Amino acid sequence: MKKVYSRPKSLKKVPMHYCPGCGHSIIHRLIAELLDEMSLRETAICVPPAGCAVLAYNYLDIDMVEAPHGRATAVATGIKRVRPDNMVFSYQGDGDLAAIGTAETLHTANRGELISVIFVNNAIYGMTGGQMAPTTLAGQITTTSPSGRNTKTEGPPIRVCELLSTLENTTYLERVAVNSPANIKKTKKAIKKAFQHQQKKTGFSLVEILSSCPTNWKMDPLKSCRWIDEIMVKEFPLGVIKEVKC
Amino acid sequence: MKGKILIDKQFCKGCRYCVEFCPKGAIRLSTALNSKGYSFAEFDEKKSCTGCATCALMCPETAIEVYRE
Repeated sequence: MKKVYSRPKSLKKVPMHYCPGCGHSIIHRLIAELLDEMSLRETAICVPPAGCAVLAYNYLDIDMVEAPHGRATAVATGIKRVRPDNMVFSYQGDGDLAAIGTAETLHTANRGELISVIFVNNAIYGMTGGQMAPTTLAGQITTTSPSGRNTKTEGPPIRVCELLSTLENTTYLERVAVNSPANIKKTKKAIKKAFQHQQKKTGFSLVEILSSCPTNWKMDPLKSCRWIDEIMVKEFPLGVIKEVKC
Repeated sequence: MKGKILIDKQFCKGCRYCVEFCPKGAIRLSTALNSKGYSFAEFDEKKSCTGCATCALMCPETAIEVYRE
């Protein structure tokens, strides 16, 4: 029998620390598959965040530079400017990119830095124990919003792709999800496109990935996949938000 | 087309994604536990696996290898 699927070479054979059903591990695998397919293993440099994915350097077998909380795009800017021929991408969660790192994200996008950002949106702070994030949905219960997020006092959730789409130098922004086989295939295509935009030097590219957090959402993994389909995509519609032809 | 899968039971955390999304219903959860204390996914060889690799696509732990004739 012919082997049709096995672990990508860019993904180390070690058990991951993520909870059962976590979207991070699926996204790590998709990135590793693309690094293999696009022969980027020797040239890619990833900047992981503070958050659940802080240990990404234990799993992806490529060069990594850990950034202080929220500053991944600023660190990636420096790396890309000194080493323009390397594939530079940051991997950030919603607390990292849309809360503490908002300034860095906005200005990196505004400058049109030639980097790609993998933005994992699970509408909650995962590693610190399920606190409210800027992307938490209206009415969603978290440990710091026990009666549900009140949009009158806490504001509505931030849609990062739509926010960045108003900036001139962003060239590729897409929102995808990793909650079903079809959506996972679309996510892989979206990340590939972001990498291609960087290779063709068109501008700043970002892929927002809706990902499940069964532990902090207090759901089983399958229910959290359905929750993305039924509730989360209404607030965060999937699809290409902006694309400049490259 | 016939296929088969190999599941690394020590990597599996029993999230049930493969069990739910297998179009042939060829994967079930074990009654035994692995060294981490999770029920792990088991391949039912009596069912007709086509080697479509949907289980491997969904598996967060990359614990599944897929073979096809």
